[in-house]
Amino acid sequence: MADRRVTGERASRGAPATEERNEAGTRPMGDVLVSARGLEVHFPVRSGGALRRTTGVLRAVDGVDLDIRRGETLGLVGESGCGKSTLGNALLRLVEPTGGTVTFDGTDVTGLDRRAMRALRRRAGMVFQDPFASLDPRRTVRQTVSEPLEVHGLRSGRRERAARVAELLELVGLDPAVADRYPHEFSGGQRQRVGIARALAGEPDFLVCDEAIASLDVSVQAQVLNLLRRLQRRLGLTLLFISHDLSAVRHVSDRIAVMYLGRVVEVGPAAAVGSDPKMPYTQALLSAVPVPHPSLERTRQRIVLRGDVPSPANVPSGCRFRTRCPYAFEPCPDVDPALQPVGAPGQLAACHLHGVVGRPVEREEAVPAPAD
Amino acid sequence: MQQVSAPLLEVEDLRVRLRTPRGPAEVVNGLSYTVGRGETVAVVGESGSGKSVSVLALLGLLPARVATVTGSARLDGEDLLTMSPERLREVRGPGVGMVFQDPMTSLNPVLTIGRQLVEGIRAHGEVSKAAARERAAGLLAEVGLPDPQRALDRYPHELSGGMRQRVVIAIALANNPSLLIADEATTALDVTVQAQILDLVAGLQSEHGTGVIWITHDLGVVAGIADRVLVMYGGRCVEDGTVDDVLERPAHPYTRGLLGALPDLASADDGELATVPGVPPAPTDLPPGCVFWPRCPVRSDPRCATEQPPLAVVGASGGGLPHRAATWCEEG
Repeated sequence: MADRRVTGERASRGAPATEERNEAGTRPMGDVLVSARGLEVHFPVRSGGALRRTTGVLRAVDGVDLDIRRGETLGLVGESGCGKSTLGNALLRLVEPTGGTVTFDGTDVTGLDRRAMRALRRRAGMVFQDPFASLDPRRTVRQTVSEPLEVHGLRSGRRERAARVAELLELVGLDPAVADRYPHEFSGGQRQRVGIARALAGEPDFLVCDEAIASLDVSVQAQVLNLLRRLQRRLGLTLLFISHDLSAVRHVSDRIAVMYLGRVVEVGPAAAVGSDPKMPYTQALLSAVPVPHPSLERTRQRIVLRGDVPSPANVPSGCRFRTRCPYAFEPCPDVDPALQPVGAPGQLAACHLHGVVGRPVEREEAVPAPAD
Repeated sequence: MQQVSAPLLEVEDLRVRLRTPRGPAEVVNGLSYTVGRGETVAVVGESGSGKSVSVLALLGLLPARVATVTGSARLDGEDLLTMSPERLREVRGPGVGMVFQDPMTSLNPVLTIGRQLVEGIRAHGEVSKAAARERAAGLLAEVGLPDPQRALDRYPHELSGGMRQRVVIAIALANNPSLLIADEATTALDVTVQAQILDLVAGLQSEHGTGVIWITHDLGVVAGIADRVLVMYGGRCVEDGTVDDVLERPAHPYTRGLLGALPDLASADDGELATVPGVPPAPTDLPPGCVFWPRCPVRSDPRCATEQPPLAVVGASGGGLPHRAATWCEEG
């Protein structure tokens, strides 16, 4: 399939994909808004009893390198427990990274103190999954949407704030007259619009949407997806769209990153990753997505993976996908694969099938693969 | 797909009215369909369309205090809606298996997997404990659970979501039911696990000739497993027919809207998605005419505002199965 992004209005805005060779920083920083290097979020695993001894480490995010370019939508996909939400949170330091760095517009945010972090957070917004849980039921829409304005001291007068709230509600397709209603008076889709208005209140550059459409009905999902895309174009937002829904991600994203067990295992232009993935995990994931065409479904070859995802507290050595990979071979347990350019321009995959590249596993790390 | 002359399940004019604090709710309004042996019927609709309530009603699982169920539902010729509670239990247990969306709520957290399976097997047949346990292990192996003997002694929380749902399916299949009802059974699961489960059900179905009612909002899943599709909206069936007819040649504006609203992995088009404006109607406050009228982009017939269009044949496929839609719209 041809790269549909070469033509059309997005290509002129985004960086030309052909320039990129390596995710690890050969591009000028000017194009990248948010960048993670070797990012780790490890949680201690504690035993039950009174002593609460640390018995292990849960590697929720385990060495992620990722660049999010200014003005693009980066789709982040993966199955439950792969660490995609934790990664989104770690980029905004809503959970503290335990290793690696996050750079936001050239500033290393991992070293910032609370006050500096708060100022920076105005430039980043978050839309959460469940619009029933993420809005305070005792606060009106006006109170919810104007809170960020107060926190960041953005609009001083009461009248100015009211005008801004009306503007924000209009922006997300709600009638400003609803500002004094409570969340329970709205449908799920409308609540999600309120959540988006709140996230946009601080005029952010960067918006993280964490499963923002997962709890909505199909016909309402489409409304919210269209809204997000329109807003992005209009406001020049940079979007991290986290979702387990590959069809939706393929639809909204300029580029797609695929996570497995705490690591980004493939990243590249949406058309390339969506149609010609190079990492066997991405291939299996895509082949498992049912499409609403009976004739296509009947003839499609489905790659059914064996077994379950290993626990992030017990990550296989070397390539973490090797225990379920249909193509695993000798180097997989011994070399931790690095992202390498393969396939379309700008496409990177962490897989030894395209050449053994990566960090050799130290002997004591090498644990045998769990039995099937 | 096989069509035997007498269908396994024959639902006629099923109506469910619920008493709610906001007044009576017409949750299901005259639903009629059949399920043949070995056939998969997908019931599609958004939240509040009445798809779950319609199957709970079939099995007598709605509390009689709040629910009034009328119509008939004949399983192997016997009406489920009029039989005594004792008879219903006799028929339902071995005859019908059910799988709900959330495996954690269908399993008892304080009993081992083995106990829950053995209970199901022994409740409907004279089987010794040891034989039931052996059969339980066999079932777990059949649903693809690794190390079934050990799994029998585990508790639900020790298993992953996909493994739990497989256990629930094993329980549903324990007595070789002639009818399996799955209500959003794979919705909470990851796509790779969903693929495993769908494979599994298809395999068991072709082996035992089980009739399946698969309730889902995922039209992709429908395309993969269904023989026939029934689209529900506002408590009514607004369109039904073979899976190819309904998904490839949708006739009702709602079905068309639903398909248009779906981002499509198989297509490179990344333009705006078609949307269905507004939200589904509340069952306590249904519109007087066509249930879809308030959101309908067509509204080509003035009767739509005041009358409910009946399900009428819009075409037929090869096997002579009718394709029906409740619409007066000629062209969308």
